[in-house]
Amino acid sequence: MNFPMPNLLPAYAEIFLLTMTCIVLVVDLFLDDQRRYVTYVLSLLTLAGCAFFTIGIGSIPGPTYTFNNMFVSDLMANVLKLASYIAVAVNMVYSRSYMADRGMLRGEYFSLSLFAMLGMMVMISSNHFLTLYMGLELMSLCLYAMVALNRDSATSTEAAMKYFVLGALASGLLLYGMSMIYGATGSLEMRNIAKILEVGSTNRVVLVFGLVFVVAGVAFKLGVVPFHMWIPDVYQGAPSAVTLFIASAPKLAAFAMAMRLLVNGLIPLAIDWQQMLTLLAVLSMALGNLAAIAQSNIKRMLAYSTISHMGFLLLGMATGVVDGNWLSAAEAYSASMFYAIVYTLTTLAAFGSVLLLSRAGFEAENIEDYKGLNRRSPWFAFIVLVTMFSLAGIPPTVGFYAKLSVLQSAVSAGQVWLAVVAVLFSLIGAFYYLRIVKLMYFDDPVDTAPLAVRLDMSVLLSANGVAILLLGIMPQQLMELCFVAIKSL
Amino acid sequence: MLDNYFPILAFIFVSIAVGIGPSIGGWVCSSLLGWNRPDSQKLSPYECGFEAFEDARMKFDVRYYLVAILFILFDLEIAFLFPWAVVLNEIGFFGFVSMMIFLLILVVGFIYEWMKGALEWE
Repeated sequence: MNFPMPNLLPAYAEIFLLTMTCIVLVVDLFLDDQRRYVTYVLSLLTLAGCAFFTIGIGSIPGPTYTFNNMFVSDLMANVLKLASYIAVAVNMVYSRSYMADRGMLRGEYFSLSLFAMLGMMVMISSNHFLTLYMGLELMSLCLYAMVALNRDSATSTEAAMKYFVLGALASGLLLYGMSMIYGATGSLEMRNIAKILEVGSTNRVVLVFGLVFVVAGVAFKLGVVPFHMWIPDVYQGAPSAVTLFIASAPKLAAFAMAMRLLVNGLIPLAIDWQQMLTLLAVLSMALGNLAAIAQSNIKRMLAYSTISHMGFLLLGMATGVVDGNWLSAAEAYSASMFYAIVYTLTTLAAFGSVLLLSRAGFEAENIEDYKGLNRRSPWFAFIVLVTMFSLAGIPPTVGFYAKLSVLQSAVSAGQVWLAVVAVLFSLIGAFYYLRIVKLMYFDDPVDTAPLAVRLDMSVLLSANGVAILLLGIMPQQLMELCFVAIKSL
Repeated sequence: MLDNYFPILAFIFVSIAVGIGPSIGGWVCSSLLGWNRPDSQKLSPYECGFEAFEDARMKFDVRYYLVAILFILFDLEIAFLFPWAVVLNEIGFFGFVSMMIFLLILVVGFIYEWMKGALEWE
């Protein structure tokens, strides 16, 4: 038996990242705290190198498969990977002074971030249940460790423990579902499964059971009701910089996972999983928006806001296939993809503002900490205003177009009631976003200490806010890119 | 479909019978035939060198876990190496390089734990 050498080209970015992460890990061992910036710069350069490779691979037209069809490189994968690089790099810049002030700016923070990034890339590019699961576990294990990075804090370790136990349970559900689908179809390769399902003659009971478990696993990773219990506790308990990490890039990976599993693999079962996703979406939008109103902790509030946003994201995925034909499916799925990218961009700015208000010895955790921000720093108050408008879906920010496009897909699928429910709950949701704006502009500051912001963070946070505004004025390019990416699946 | 599971059901009953039968039999036989001369040493429980009667939530040196986890890592490496070495002739250059990459990644982990002092007991 002789194994041919696989085509490594589609995986160059992953190979580069793995090599560089090992180098970062070893180099950091020889550095003291004063020279920790070497690790920081090296990590950012690594992400830049990955982006270089991904753009290079992206110039090859059409999907390329490698490693016995276990790994795929297509436009959707490359776009999502690029967005994740940006999210992780921005996260590193934002979190640098926060972590340094709390003695957590160790090499492990960077190497775990990079390993989590590698896991996300494998997830995004998977065409096989096993590669998907491997990527998922690599990402999740790094995230568990990152949540517990502040070892002496009881809330952090509690959050990490909850995250770990529930995450392991969800992985178990997902694997169980995968094994059932394997039992029914005899294949683990997603495109192959879709082909077998189209031919029919599979055991439907086993298949639908498997589907239920797979959807439960995906729902857990996205954090939608009723699989959302971990989100508020983990977001609150983790160090704010790690919360920012968990809330941003892994959501893109979870979206990719849903696309690969449900659309690439199980599209012939769309009638079945669309109903489940509709239920999850409605519950998430309802519970997320209603529970967020009652929160006084900003991280908890943003956690519930995440839940409602993931409900919106599912709206697009739940309305792709209408009456068994998928003519308009690409539009609906690209609306979801656009939503995922926009959500990531906005959430970076939202948690970035939490990091902005924190300083050595002071943890900005409560909504009151935003009081009178306009007097302390009008520019950053404006950035937070734009971010909150975008989260609430108020034009001319990009959040408006993200909501509009998923609502359009619901309406064009004939599910007008779904769109009405979504609009209703996003109106309720607007209350707690606008409350932050009210606190910033119309209340007196409680905390009058001047904002001490590093130059790199203030430049990047400004750019982030401006990007939300600019993309809101001209969202066309990104929307088209998403559409072409989904079309190429 | 349920028919397919009948052997498993039968197996469960048989295994319960086989599992419980000897233990009940042994208990009956030993209480009928055996001597019963207890003393304090015989009756006290033995628990791997720890005091048997104290709070179960005592502090346990975390280094035990560290050593155990590191042991599992490198033990698994060897578990992979044996079958690889047996079929090395057949899997060719690709198989060789794959294992070298795997070992290289483990070496990085080894350097990391060494430099971090995970191998020092004191």
